[in-house]
Amino acid sequence: MDVATTLPKLLMIAWLLPLASFAITSLGYSVPQFLGIRVRYSTQVYAAYIAIGAIVLGFVLSCIALFGCWLPAHPLTAASHEGGEHAAAQEHATTSPSLFRYVAQHEAQEAASHAEEHNNEAPPYITGDWYALGIFGKLRLTIGYYIDTLTVTMFAMVTLIASCVHIYAFGYMHDELHDYTDHEVHLADGEHLHRRGRFHRFFQYLSLFSFSMLGICISGNFAMTFVFWELVGICSYFLIGFYIERQSASTAANKAFIVNRIGDFGMLIGLMTIWSTLGTFNFGDMKAADGTVVPGVFSQLHRPENHYRIAPTDSMIAFEGRNQIAEAIRKAGSTEPVAMEATVKAEVARLRAEDGTKWGHLLLFVAGVGIFCGCVGKSAQFPLHVWLPDAMEGPTPVSALVHSATMVAAGVFLVGRSYPLFSAEALLVIAVVGCITLFIAATIAVTQYDIKRVLAYSTVSQLGFMMLALGLGGWVAGLFHLITHAFFKSLLFLCSGSVIHAVHSNDMRHMGGLRKKMPITAYTMLVGCLAIAGVGVPFLAGFSGFHSKDAIVEQALSHWHHNWADGFSWLLFVVPVFSAALTAFYMFRLWYLTFAGEPQDHHRFDHAHESPRSMTGPLVLLAVFAVIAGWGLPSFAPGPFANFSIPNLLEQARPIGTLASKPGVYLSDLFIPSEHIAHAPEMFRPIKLPAGLAAITAAIVGIFLATVIYLWKSVSAAKLAAAMQPLYQLSWHKWWFDELYDFIFVRPVHAISAFIAQVMDRGLIDGIIHTLAWIARGCAMVVSTGGDRWVIDNVVDTFAEKTWNLGLSLRSLQTGRLRQYVMFIVVCTIVLFIVASVWRIAVAGP
Amino acid sequence: MTQLTLASILTQPVGVSHYLIVGAVLFVCGALCMATKRNALGVLMGIELVLNGANLNFIAFGSPYLRKASETMGLDGQLMSLFVIVLAAAEAAVALAIALNFYNSFNTIDVDRADQLQG
Repeated sequence: MDVATTLPKLLMIAWLLPLASFAITSLGYSVPQFLGIRVRYSTQVYAAYIAIGAIVLGFVLSCIALFGCWLPAHPLTAASHEGGEHAAAQEHATTSPSLFRYVAQHEAQEAASHAEEHNNEAPPYITGDWYALGIFGKLRLTIGYYIDTLTVTMFAMVTLIASCVHIYAFGYMHDELHDYTDHEVHLADGEHLHRRGRFHRFFQYLSLFSFSMLGICISGNFAMTFVFWELVGICSYFLIGFYIERQSASTAANKAFIVNRIGDFGMLIGLMTIWSTLGTFNFGDMKAADGTVVPGVFSQLHRPENHYRIAPTDSMIAFEGRNQIAEAIRKAGSTEPVAMEATVKAEVARLRAEDGTKWGHLLLFVAGVGIFCGCVGKSAQFPLHVWLPDAMEGPTPVSALVHSATMVAAGVFLVGRSYPLFSAEALLVIAVVGCITLFIAATIAVTQYDIKRVLAYSTVSQLGFMMLALGLGGWVAGLFHLITHAFFKSLLFLCSGSVIHAVHSNDMRHMGGLRKKMPITAYTMLVGCLAIAGVGVPFLAGFSGFHSKDAIVEQALSHWHHNWADGFSWLLFVVPVFSAALTAFYMFRLWYLTFAGEPQDHHRFDHAHESPRSMTGPLVLLAVFAVIAGWGLPSFAPGPFANFSIPNLLEQARPIGTLASKPGVYLSDLFIPSEHIAHAPEMFRPIKLPAGLAAITAAIVGIFLATVIYLWKSVSAAKLAAAMQPLYQLSWHKWWFDELYDFIFVRPVHAISAFIAQVMDRGLIDGIIHTLAWIARGCAMVVSTGGDRWVIDNVVDTFAEKTWNLGLSLRSLQTGRLRQYVMFIVVCTIVLFIVASVWRIAVAGP
Repeated sequence: MTQLTLASILTQPVGVSHYLIVGAVLFVCGALCMATKRNALGVLMGIELVLNGANLNFIAFGSPYLRKASETMGLDGQLMSLFVIVLAAAEAAVALAIALNFYNSFNTIDVDRADQLQG
């Protein structure tokens, strides 16, 4: 069995199954409903069976693709710390036992180590096109595939979580299987809204969403990614606005959509830059029909002659520069003697470097930051993070699948996918944005009382962690956290859904003590909290979040080391560690408020109950993954499972040219360190040990503080809030972002719109139209009175009058007297006779 | 010339023109009768005179004795006059019915009283 032909087919089937489910449920339920036929609830249940069947089958196929197809062909190696990187790192470590001295010395040796630093080629991948949407000149828009380890891993992760959520939603959405009374919608007459259940529609959207998400994962080029990017956006819009009758839900859906458009605008700029400079959207090298290889975006930027280091192509530099280079190359190729050839080549290299630095890197930066803008929108990064907490208006399974585990992770995934595109400066932007995001979101989450909002802000914060990791050069760390986060965050959301299902409230002040009523939910959620807090035994094992967060903190510390001199890089380490402590704090605050202590609302408590098995089953499954997702299998495990662990999987997928450290071009002292530096055994003391201790200390401190305040209640939370009133207000009002945006963007837009409506539309355009209408009316009046009434009517009237008068005058002949008529006849006969005679005599002769 | 013609009428043996003169006299009498009589029956009689004056013309032109050439059978004049006689009979029947109705409606047969159709 050939992997290159089997794998795309397998994944294509796994990808298209949810689409098939969407199509079937659309045709079977929505179309009849549109035509006015009511679908019975007993029939609507089958929509769930179809959707669940499709996604579970997709999961099975993804697993077959991963373990049966990909891994046998590309076996994993043990944690790959080998490579030239070590040598360079070793030098520093041996000479500098102290962390700080190491950093000081690093600067000097940096230049020397770069030259021979090992860099990686492209990872194994399979790419191709399925279908060409359109060919416009050189621009080919295709539906294609780019399958590497990352794709296969994402497929397995997405379908697994989607399966859990689908099954969970089957229980959660049961309310929609009968006529539904929405208690949050108040109609004008004071009644609540009564409407038909929409069970099938929910599963329809879930299927469409799964299809779109898998489409992003498998996509073979930027254009296709953008298409599916928008598709997940619209699915998110549908799902946030599922309770469309609620004002808040429809507003939140609009907000999510509009905020995402802002990010997508940047993404379009990035796409334009890529297309106009590199001439292709393909990720990988594509074989053309005539057998020639068309290089993709990544391999164009990372060429073997540059040791796979990122370098702008000739097409990225200014036109005159390109001409000069072409001229020099032409000279070298023609009649120049050998000695001259060398100087010309040097000249070419000089020109390339000079112009490349001037313009090429700028374009690279624009392309990278542009693509990242899209990711900022989708992954709810500062400053576009405001939509995600509002998106919690959707049903909870949606929050779990779309707004925590997969769709918002799509932004992180895209950064990871297009990682070879980012120059060091673009990476710094990513890191800084990620750092700001994770801090802001973590501080907001501390004071919120809506259980889903806490989780939403924690999602934003964790996405910030991923972005930070990616921006600091930790490709594996960021994507590792993406996958572990997907497991424990979907678990947390589903648990919160289970709680909301039981107490019919989102407010944690109405909960408390629920662990007695719903133990499975409580303890699976505890697992989730431990995972997100990153609890574990340092350097041994822990919950999944422990491993991934540890990797991020390590990378942050490594970055600090290498940028010791610039004076602010410590922030990129300290802020995440502090936020990690906050994370642990607010997650345990949430757990204690919800499950521990005394019930706050006895009415709700008495009615609470454990959720049905279709909901607790996925919880348990996800809890298992939340624990073990960071673990690995040993090298003697059988067959494809040897060395199996998510970091190893990701290491195999490492994109081309991302192993080596990246020095900045414009910011000459910027240095994005290679991820492997931190893993080297000799770097254990300067980086790994302090990072690991910092991470676990942060987690423990956070949990401890939460326990003190919310479980033992040794310190009153209210008093604490009063003591830190300004900080509390800042956090409680979410840093006034919504108000700020309202003031900066929404109101001016309203004012401008009002101005345009009043002055431009009503005044100017309406004025012009009214004048035109007035002129037209005048012309019509002239034609009407002058032409119609006067000329035509007069002619017709005169004719009628004459006829009338003629009739009147003829009327007097009709006397009604018989004898007179006879007289007329006689007289007329005589007259005729006389006339005939005179005629005959006068004209014809006698 | 005219005098000659008139003189020849009186002197010549009876021919077509004599018949025509009698017919014309009859016609004029009938027409005058129609124009002057107020009695409907008198008007009818005038009509009969007019028809018979016309009949006399047909006969005169149709009779082989009154014509010089007799190449044809010469029955066309007689046939026409027979038609006219039949027509006159039918017309008399209808006209008398009208007169009767008229009398029933107006209690008179004075045609001057029948001016309902005046314009």
